[in-house]
Amino acid sequence: MESAKYVSQKISKTRWRPVSYSSLQQPDIFVTGSWDNEENKVSVWSIGNLGSSGLEDGFEGDPQLICEQKHDGDVLDLQTMSICKHWARAHRYPSDNAPSTGVACNSPEIVTVGEDGRIIVFRADQEGVVRVIENADSSTLHAVTYLRTTEVLTVNSIGQLKLWDLRQQSNSPSQILSLSRDRVPLYCVDRHPNQQHIVATGGQDGMLCVWDVRQGNMPFSLMEAHSAEMWEVHFHPTNPDHLFTCSEDGSLLHWETSSPSEMPSFLQGGRNSNMTSRSAMAPAGGNQSIISAWLHGDSSKSRLETTHMLPSQTLSVNSLDVLGQCLVCGTDGEAIFVNRQVPV
Amino acid sequence: MESVYIFDFICLTSAFLPFFSQVSILLAIELIWNLCEVLFIDAAPAGSLLLHLLDWVRLHKADVDEKAKDVLQSDSPAEHHNYWDVVVSYVLQGRLEEARQMLVKQATLQPASRNMYKLMDSLLSKMPFYNPGGTQTLTEFDVKWRNWHEEVDRYLKDNTFASNRHLELICKILVGDEDTLLEQKELLSTWYHFLVTRLLYSHPTVKPTDLHYYAQSCLTMFLDSRSVQEPLDSILLAAFEFDIYLVIKDCSIVLNNWWFVAHLTDLLDHCKLLQSHNLNFGSNMREFLLLEYASGLFTHHSLWQCAVDYFDHCPELGRACLELQIERVPLDTERKALKVLRICEERQMSEQVRSICKIMAMRALRNNRLGSALSWSIRAKDAAFATLISERFLQDYCAKGTFSDLDLIDNLGPAMLLSDRLTFLGKYREFHKLYGEKRFKEAAKLLLSLMTAKIAPRSFWMTLLTDALPLLEQKEVIFSADQTYELMYCLEELTSSLDTEEDVEQTKVELLRLSLARNLAMAIVKEGTVET
Repeated sequence: MESAKYVSQKISKTRWRPVSYSSLQQPDIFVTGSWDNEENKVSVWSIGNLGSSGLEDGFEGDPQLICEQKHDGDVLDLQTMSICKHWARAHRYPSDNAPSTGVACNSPEIVTVGEDGRIIVFRADQEGVVRVIENADSSTLHAVTYLRTTEVLTVNSIGQLKLWDLRQQSNSPSQILSLSRDRVPLYCVDRHPNQQHIVATGGQDGMLCVWDVRQGNMPFSLMEAHSAEMWEVHFHPTNPDHLFTCSEDGSLLHWETSSPSEMPSFLQGGRNSNMTSRSAMAPAGGNQSIISAWLHGDSSKSRLETTHMLPSQTLSVNSLDVLGQCLVCGTDGEAIFVNRQVPV
Repeated sequence: MESVYIFDFICLTSAFLPFFSQVSILLAIELIWNLCEVLFIDAAPAGSLLLHLLDWVRLHKADVDEKAKDVLQSDSPAEHHNYWDVVVSYVLQGRLEEARQMLVKQATLQPASRNMYKLMDSLLSKMPFYNPGGTQTLTEFDVKWRNWHEEVDRYLKDNTFASNRHLELICKILVGDEDTLLEQKELLSTWYHFLVTRLLYSHPTVKPTDLHYYAQSCLTMFLDSRSVQEPLDSILLAAFEFDIYLVIKDCSIVLNNWWFVAHLTDLLDHCKLLQSHNLNFGSNMREFLLLEYASGLFTHHSLWQCAVDYFDHCPELGRACLELQIERVPLDTERKALKVLRICEERQMSEQVRSICKIMAMRALRNNRLGSALSWSIRAKDAAFATLISERFLQDYCAKGTFSDLDLIDNLGPAMLLSDRLTFLGKYREFHKLYGEKRFKEAAKLLLSLMTAKIAPRSFWMTLLTDALPLLEQKEVIFSADQTYELMYCLEELTSSLDTEEDVEQTKVELLRLSLARNLAMAIVKEGTVET
């Protein structure tokens, strides 16, 4: 059950404040950023404590505003860190400022990318810029994510994923992957929380692609997801058989592959493997590889369930975040939806 | 459509409230809207009409409940200074059940007047209210009501409540005494409350068609020499007269935005209550108002997205207006441009798509973001622009001797086919790669085909032929005799069209001719030799 809160600002980004894994708490504070206003804001919201769970359906507590902060320009990306700093004019064109489109954090390092095709590395404890990769891309870099502590992955407007090794001094990527068909612009990327070589991307045509970064040029699976641009894709951080995507077409999809955790499934080579039924095949030993359920390609589409999470079509869902059993998303309809009982 | 209204109302309150800072405008709008719903859309007949009007008045007079709460929360409600005000207000609003409950408290304090209170209580409980869903006809109700009315009148004439002025007042109200009602101006506070109360206690079976007589007279009676008729009053009066057009016209003049009239007219149109009014430019009034409203929305920095839906629902001129407006949305970031483009593409507005992509591509080009520029021209399928971008690349190459943005050129993929120049660029880069990998025969073949298949622009041929030189000068024969002939042909074609004054070119041409001739010789010999 979602509750919608109308907040009089179009939401471009929303993120949960992380909770420590040791506590079994559900997240209760999230941050939103707005766009397209004359004065944009970053706002912090609380959905109150869930201790009193006798009430129905998680309806108690509309998100309450805790505080907000003005922001110049549209908020294009948000990450939560414990330190607060401001670097101005990091991304720029020769004659003007350029929008910075994505940010990734791996405390204390922060990486940003922008429409100027630059990758900029900051450290939270340093004033200036640590490193700039000039002309990293001839087109706009739309999103960035950490693959390993020293590697980042970026996606751009010409449908390429580029891997960058930050230990190297060179200004070129260590690897480039792209679809062999049309170079559809990619807008979002997320890494599998446990298996660092698996990455999901979404782009202008609304297709969800899952890639294995070790295995060269082709995405492992392509799935038709949305009828318009996909803005964000997220693996669930603790339950990565679940994936969430949101799109310009106003829908938020929850993807669930059948979990192989009880019964490891074995990939029998290539993309058209037949999956063994769940009752067969006990694990035979430590040297079998447990392949993620995501890398199965189209043949096992029947094992992939998709559910719409929002009750009806709204304007574009720009952003979502999921943590534990809680999902928050923001739309161009100036609404925030919070769902506290996501079935994961 | 209702969800759209609610959404817009909220949008609008958020957008405009700081500027107008008059909650009263919103309250007025709500008042008019609800009345229009009652009169035009519900179109209640006599009997139900009054009940709806009662609801309408109760909805818009919330202060009674606040006062009541104060009184009830005090230590001794019956002695609170507002107590009688609350009771009288309840009676004026026809909330007799609540009035009775309040009176009980007073009755317990005055055991001597117990009988009076009991009588009043019974009168209040016996008042008939019309039940639309019941089996009673209007006439039957009317008869019952008249009986009750006579009974109350009798008690009044008998001075039954004369000793208690409050109860006497209530009795006079129940009998519908106009002067008494007028004395309660402060509690009534508005002429339309006065109207509804008067109708409740003197003409509960009022017909819709008779409403405006009472409305006019009540307005006149209520306004004394000091107060003046306000615009809101005229609008309400027009509504009571069932003059839809006058309501819309007055609202358009009085209210400073189009939200209300646009939505009201739209709603009325959906209920088929408006006959179409042909205005000068040939569309009907509903569409005119919606277009006005939507055009206003478009100028708002963030509400332009809502406006699109409105244009979609204007069948005659909506699309044309949208086409004009959408191009004016400022495109500060790529993300915004993408959203605007999606709107255009969904409606097959290919002109606008092309123009927006061109704007973004030009911007990218100016900032030297060639990859971005190319991605925009791919989206617009703009071959001309793709050619422009390729020219830039080629110019860069000629100037610097190397390619910039190799990540783009090496990965063009099917986009290469968008423009001839782009194809050439891709193939030329391929030639360089082949050469770098020492796959000379393939490189040579590719180079030749670039010229013979006319993929390369004439201006570039000199560069290509110059690129051929190292291949010609190799020890091993790379170009076959036939290929050499073709090269020579190309060279001749080029020189015949070139300006022969240029000495530099002449030297190069001579060098080429020499190399070609030597290569030809070696090729002929090689091909003529039989391997033993």
